[in-house]
Amino acid sequence: MTELTYAQAINAGIREEMQRDNNVVVLGEDIGKYGGVFGVTKGLYDEFGAERVRDCPLNEAAIVGFGVGLAISGKPAITELEFMDFLTFCMDPIVNQAAKMRFFWGGQVEVPLVVRMPIASTLGFGTQHSQSLEAWLMHIPGLKLVMPSDPYDAKGLVKTSIRDRNPVIFVENISLYATKGEVPDEEYLIPLGKANIKRTGSDLTIVAISSMVPKAIQAAEVLAKDGIDVTVIDPRSLCPLDIETIIESVKQTGRLIVSHVAHKTGGVGAEIAQQVTEQAFDYLDAPVMRVAAKDVPIAASQVLEAAIFPDVKDLIDASKSFSI
Amino acid sequence: MTLTNDQQINMLRQMWLIRLFEEAAMQLYREGRYRGSTHPYIGQEATAIGVNAALQSDDQVLATYRGHGACIAKGGDPNTMLAELLGKSTGINKGKGGSMHFADQSLGFVGCNAIVSGHIAIAGGIALSNQLEQNNKVTVCFFGDGASCEGPFYETLNMATLWNLPLVLVVENNGLAISTPVSESISVPDVSMRAQGFGLPGITVDGRDIYAVYDAANEAVTRARTGKGPTLLEAKTVRWSRHSAVAAGPAGKDADLWEKTDPLPRYQLELEQRSILSSKEMEAIKSEAQATIEAAIEFAINSPDPSLDELHTDIWVESNIT
Repeated sequence: MTELTYAQAINAGIREEMQRDNNVVVLGEDIGKYGGVFGVTKGLYDEFGAERVRDCPLNEAAIVGFGVGLAISGKPAITELEFMDFLTFCMDPIVNQAAKMRFFWGGQVEVPLVVRMPIASTLGFGTQHSQSLEAWLMHIPGLKLVMPSDPYDAKGLVKTSIRDRNPVIFVENISLYATKGEVPDEEYLIPLGKANIKRTGSDLTIVAISSMVPKAIQAAEVLAKDGIDVTVIDPRSLCPLDIETIIESVKQTGRLIVSHVAHKTGGVGAEIAQQVTEQAFDYLDAPVMRVAAKDVPIAASQVLEAAIFPDVKDLIDASKSFSI
Repeated sequence: MTLTNDQQINMLRQMWLIRLFEEAAMQLYREGRYRGSTHPYIGQEATAIGVNAALQSDDQVLATYRGHGACIAKGGDPNTMLAELLGKSTGINKGKGGSMHFADQSLGFVGCNAIVSGHIAIAGGIALSNQLEQNNKVTVCFFGDGASCEGPFYETLNMATLWNLPLVLVVENNGLAISTPVSESISVPDVSMRAQGFGLPGITVDGRDIYAVYDAANEAVTRARTGKGPTLLEAKTVRWSRHSAVAAGPAGKDADLWEKTDPLPRYQLELEQRSILSSKEMEAIKSEAQATIEAAIEFAINSPDPSLDELHTDIWVESNIT
């Protein structure tokens, strides 16, 4: 085992896959010599050269569009957006092209494309650099959607995503980049669509996404002292979604909180809550709750921003609002 | 490279096939045999055929929602194409794509795209793959004057020139959006002038003159194949029909002008003057194309609908990664 940060773990996963498959190409802004705005691609340029680790102009639509072209030509492409907010510039190549191309061309192509992008919530980046937009993508048939929460998962999932022959949106989290964790030295892969039960308790299930996972674990530890026993589930990927594991847990606990840093309205929490309601209504002792960002644009001021994003205390308060 | 007689004869065959295919497509639409829309290529045939004549069979072509002509020029089968229009299981995309998504990878016809400009960067990525593979293939991307106003066009011009990609960008300027004329939407007289700002050659030709299109395409394809980078080739042409079968927008030109702009009689006259084909031989080519399209109509109408199981296929590549 080696201790790696979340960023280093992703880097190691990409490196291993580039060593394994000479066809893999990385495209993005400042990802070459500079190593990426958050250092995730550090060293790849030196190891694999400028042809496979390509610094691009600032044009997200063409970066992802070129990635689609490479992918359908048999060259798995890893494209990087510096912030998830820049997704607005490349929704067409992702939503209208990569996701649908295999279908509208009657199965004639494969699209092994990874689009990596980090969420930057809670870091003071302001309105246009702090959004968590995964709900837009979970809505689209033809896309896989992965959101790791720790270094071990990040490495195993990025490797699987690169090997997948379908388009995968890989959502990282800047607030997690420096977090450390033990990562095996030997190779391992984590399948998409398999949730991770981080903690088991009998009173309440919290399904937490991305940076809300460590917060949910913290909340669970505090709640344990108050006699509330919490299960924490990290779905790890939203498409495919391991709803079975969530349902199984709700059948045991009867109570569910879904938590993410994305806005509450129309967020993926609503989808998970609804699937649970449809499939396990009789097991629920109370309505499903969502602990998510307020439905306002994200402010730069630390005081205002702190009031927007959910934190450990919000999870504790929500948990205590159930009559357990 | 000059065109052989056989090539020129085949180009007339293609021209008739496209013309009659599109007439059949419109007729089947009027009969209510399919829904949605279709965007006829009538009037623009010389462009796709002239460009294709400069390509090798393993070169790749991407085209627009007005892409039936480019598909036939690359060798597309009228049977499966018409079946696709009718949403049949025998369609070129199993009925899943419809009029705006014809594709046949076995022919190097990567496919048509229904998002204006959405395929241009994808063509850039394919050209990049070819460059990395050093396989000598050239990628051609057809798009319209409208796409030349969209961001991905400019982004791709920049990246393709920067990376010296084996790419030929062919703008088919038919002078009209659905209704807005280019004089009200494009700030320069020729789209090819845009090339100057990106450092690649820009050429404008009469897109109804099949020989002029071929010569310019040949030069651009040769540049691409010999590592000299991309070219922006503008073919000025005329959209004879309305924008689409749903009758959106005006017809491209009035009937008087049409006689002067129709590329088909113009090409036939040239073939006759060059003593390549007699009028009798040309009649035979037309009849042969008619028979092909009539058979395609039969094939399409008599083909079965897709099974409902097809709803869930061709979305995912099964991945068993462990």
